[in-house]
Amino acid sequence: MNNDLFAAHRLLAEYGALSDSGKYDEWLDLFSPECAYYVRPRENEEGGFPGALIYCDSRKMLEDRIQALRIASKYNLHNDRHIIGLPRIVGEVGDGFVIEAPFAVYQTEQEGDTRLFATGVYRDRLTRSGDALKISEKVVLVDSFAIQSLLATPL
Amino acid sequence: MLNASVWPTKDYSRVPYSFYHDAGVYQLERERLFSGPTWSLVGLEAEIPNPGDFRASYIGETPIVFHRDDSGNIHAFVNRCAHRGAIVRRELRGNAKDHICIYHQWCYSQDGSLVGVPFRRGIKGKGGYDKDFSLADHGLKKVRIGNVHGALFGTLAEQSETIEDYLGEAMLGFIRRVFSRPVRVLGYNRQRIRGNWKGFAENTRDNYHASLLHDFFRTFGLDRPTQIGGATMDGRHRHCVTWGRAESSHDAAKAAYEGAQVASAGIKLSEQSLVDFLPDRNDDINIAIMSLFPNCVIAQISNSMATRQIRPRGVGEFEVFQTVIGYADDSEEMTKHRLRQANLVGPAGFVSMEDGEAIEIVQRATKAAPDASQVLELGGKGEISDRDYRVNDVPVRGFWSYYAELLGIEPEGAFR
Repeated sequence: MNNDLFAAHRLLAEYGALSDSGKYDEWLDLFSPECAYYVRPRENEEGGFPGALIYCDSRKMLEDRIQALRIASKYNLHNDRHIIGLPRIVGEVGDGFVIEAPFAVYQTEQEGDTRLFATGVYRDRLTRSGDALKISEKVVLVDSFAIQSLLATPL
Repeated sequence: MLNASVWPTKDYSRVPYSFYHDAGVYQLERERLFSGPTWSLVGLEAEIPNPGDFRASYIGETPIVFHRDDSGNIHAFVNRCAHRGAIVRRELRGNAKDHICIYHQWCYSQDGSLVGVPFRRGIKGKGGYDKDFSLADHGLKKVRIGNVHGALFGTLAEQSETIEDYLGEAMLGFIRRVFSRPVRVLGYNRQRIRGNWKGFAENTRDNYHASLLHDFFRTFGLDRPTQIGGATMDGRHRHCVTWGRAESSHDAAKAAYEGAQVASAGIKLSEQSLVDFLPDRNDDINIAIMSLFPNCVIAQISNSMATRQIRPRGVGEFEVFQTVIGYADDSEEMTKHRLRQANLVGPAGFVSMEDGEAIEIVQRATKAAPDASQVLELGGKGEISDRDYRVNDVPVRGFWSYYAELLGIEPEGAFR
């Protein structure tokens, strides 16, 4: 396996584990100082509409999302489980490259009921930073764009 | 059997929880409410700009299609083949000259009239339909459309008030306000809530839950309980718009939100533009949530604007189908601003996501208590009328009043 692909695997594994354990500061550290994060319904992607479910076109906005999640948002009490599929490199850009990886997120509520919450594909622009990779843009393209209940914790 | 005795009070200050759970109630709603003399939001004219454009939608659970024909006229019909009941148009949107059911190829024109059926004369002189079979008798069921400044409402009833009379002058004014310029669809989002659809109709008629449930407002110092505003209803009290004014006398463009920031406990947003208000029109109303009976919400929160369509999916589940809009003549920068502010609304919205949870926990807890009732007394009991303050339950009682009338279960001497 080439180094880029291996590094992308490692990054995605961290991404899922940090999300699921609610370590959002470390999760944020996976992103570049200048970054963007979008959750887009496939319906909008296919229809050519720019609208998103979550639209953070700066790191500041992403930090606000996390801060609001911690201290303001009320949501269904649950645990997330990210199942992230194998990434593939789909392009080279500047000092990095673009990957796509399929994902599924299951949510388990307090009484132990698990349901498939969302499935889709990540389209991530990754930038090399020393030995590591940082996410400079992440587009979470959700197939299951009819959001079950609500979307609070990051996909 | 459901009848007027179900109501503990005549002013709808008590509403039994059975209305969220009873399958018989839901059946009655389908017959008398969604198929009755009501107008439901189905979509926007901006979604079908060109001749031949169509879009699929719903009235209640009934699938419909609205279609702009080659002459530019808008038609709508129930999306259910008159032959064997299949969905005729399976795509959600597109452009077409006609609609052909895949099952047995019955073919309908752009206005839903039946124009062709296979084997009409049989094969080699054998079979076919009887001579008295008339295509004209088997069109798709027509849906009447009311076009209010580009917002399209549909009704399944053959007799009803006009859309203008149904909405009334106050609601028409607020629709005109949002649709003052041609709009552009920025995108869609959908939220599935495991609750009864009326929970959302109530939620959008009660303005005061916002500052209590949606902590985002309070946490970031954005809530202003003193903000001037009110709840305005139509004459029959079935619709409601709750609204608030930015009331920033020296600089409307900076809006109420920013002034209030000073008062917050040092917790600030890093990206303030999320809540900047740049007035779109000649007033300083920065929040207006209009809830139209039975299924429509048109919401302006700061510079984010959206229509929401409540789509019931049985008695215990519904979808909120939200269409986020801007204006066709918005600058690129303004479009970006609206896309950023769309973070406030929808299933992941900073000031809306909680509604999904609130309605679901009501549904869960009330299932075992069909005879217990909710309490709607804020703003006073008795008379149902406009209030010049935001903190009240009265429009929710107005909703139930018209609901009871439509279902034919209005108590004698009830408030309207």
